[in-house]
Amino acid sequence: MDTSIKDRTAVAGIAQTRFAKSLEGSEKRLACEVIVAACEDAGIDPSEVDGLCSYTMENTAEVDIAKNIGADNITYFSQIAYGGGGGCATLGQAAMAVATGQARVAVAWRSRKRGSGGRPWASANVGLPTPLQWSRPFGLLRPADEIGVLTRRYMHEYGATRDHLANVALACRRHANMNPNAMMHEKKLTREDYMAARWISEPLCLFDNCLETDGALAAVIVSAERARDCRQPPVYIHSFGQGLPSQHHTMVNYWCEDPLRGPSWGCSEQLWRHSDFTPADVDVAQIYDAFTTLIPLSLEGYGFCGKGEGASFTEGGAIELGGRLPVNTSGGGLSEAYVHGFNLITEGVRQMRGTSTAQVDGAETCLVTSGEGVPTSAVLLRKG
Amino acid sequence: MMGDALTTDEGFLLPVRDEESEPFWEGTRAGELRIQGCGSCGRLRFPPRPMCPWCRSTVSSWKIMSGRGTVWSFVIPHPPLLPAYGELAPYNVVVVALEDDPSIRLVGNLVADSEAPINSVDPASIEIGQAVRVAFQPLSDEFTLPRWIRE
Ligand SMILES: [Zn+2]
Repeated sequence: MDTSIKDRTAVAGIAQTRFAKSLEGSEKRLACEVIVAACEDAGIDPSEVDGLCSYTMENTAEVDIAKNIGADNITYFSQIAYGGGGGCATLGQAAMAVATGQARVAVAWRSRKRGSGGRPWASANVGLPTPLQWSRPFGLLRPADEIGVLTRRYMHEYGATRDHLANVALACRRHANMNPNAMMHEKKLTREDYMAARWISEPLCLFDNCLETDGALAAVIVSAERARDCRQPPVYIHSFGQGLPSQHHTMVNYWCEDPLRGPSWGCSEQLWRHSDFTPADVDVAQIYDAFTTLIPLSLEGYGFCGKGEGASFTEGGAIELGGRLPVNTSGGGLSEAYVHGFNLITEGVRQMRGTSTAQVDGAETCLVTSGEGVPTSAVLLRKG
Repeated sequence: MMGDALTTDEGFLLPVRDEESEPFWEGTRAGELRIQGCGSCGRLRFPPRPMCPWCRSTVSSWKIMSGRGTVWSFVIPHPPLLPAYGELAPYNVVVVALEDDPSIRLVGNLVADSEAPINSVDPASIEIGQAVRVAFQPLSDEFTLPRWIRE
């Protein structure tokens, strides 16, 4: 018996709020509005929602979503941990629930007011359990510092340069410049701007870091059969993987045999094992980009190039529209919005519908990945 | 949790002494760099935890390290930072691979001498691969941090 979830479910509806430094309304209200809008996009009444999947860091509980949107009876709910690593898993676990009959209309979502909220690392008023007691007292305080350590080592081992990181920042920005919903839609970025930017944590500068955003997004997942009768063309969830590799530590992943072989490597094995496609078949990718470095590391982990070749993969416009593998075609976390990668999911769906503002001609498959450097997840979407 | 204070009076973050980390912090207070080893198969592991992932023994045997290592990587943080750290920025944070077992890597600071601040070394002079040795600086009555000085 084939128990794989391959193509058995589809994304039938998506929605998002505006992305801004500051939005009116609570995270709860934005979450409910965007879920109802995603149901509307699919042509499904919100009372039918019976599955809810979100990140553990989501502040709006299932009970609140259910009673606001008027859901009749939620039969499946789950949350996925490890920050931005959980994004694609909200979609994947919703797909598993629908494929196994535990839910019929599942919603995955993210609502966050980060642009107008505080910086998560900025409180000295929290205890430092392991592993943070081994890094924070020394002044390794922020995600940028933690990923900066891996970045410096990556440059040292493989000859990656700031020019390679700039390739990533510029590709995302150019795609954002084509996307009226992107926070950086009107802001051009040049290589000179990048090189002259202030440091955040050397070797990472301002433009290696993601944006700070208020925003909410949602996706509706139903069976492939039902999706074919919905308002929008179906976007199949072809395969799904999660990865928590051997001896991994979230963010400060310095204590495994090879810290530059991150969770995407294990997630990738699972993803491709259940796929009819190989990396060479992928037309477009949305790759988690809290920091520029995560893109070359993920390109390697998901098999688009060999280990240590992710940086040179970005040369010659390869990850820009028209290149070998256009990446983050809405601008990504670096230039559209940083909402823990859920905007990568909605952009992946738009690419498969043919409605992206940086549409890849004839795209039929889109890889979407979640945070590298933390236990992670990924989905391969297929055009219906 | 044994220590109540989360920061020093100056605002530097303190570690949390728990059942697993206690022998490490006891070691630094005694001027020794102690790393958890397996009481059964002998392999070192870090951060400390109850079970050996290679043989599943829950018996630990803490080993004293030579205190020598090499710089595996480093960053130079710039503001915005917590105020106590921001005042010293740009400073360095290094990750040191231990000579006794290079797969054990400790986060710390490269300093000019054991009492010097975390910005006492010129960032431009730091390179991956540089040989370093451990030094100790009491941070509070309870905690002594390991720090690193170039050989
Ligand atoms: Zn053992």
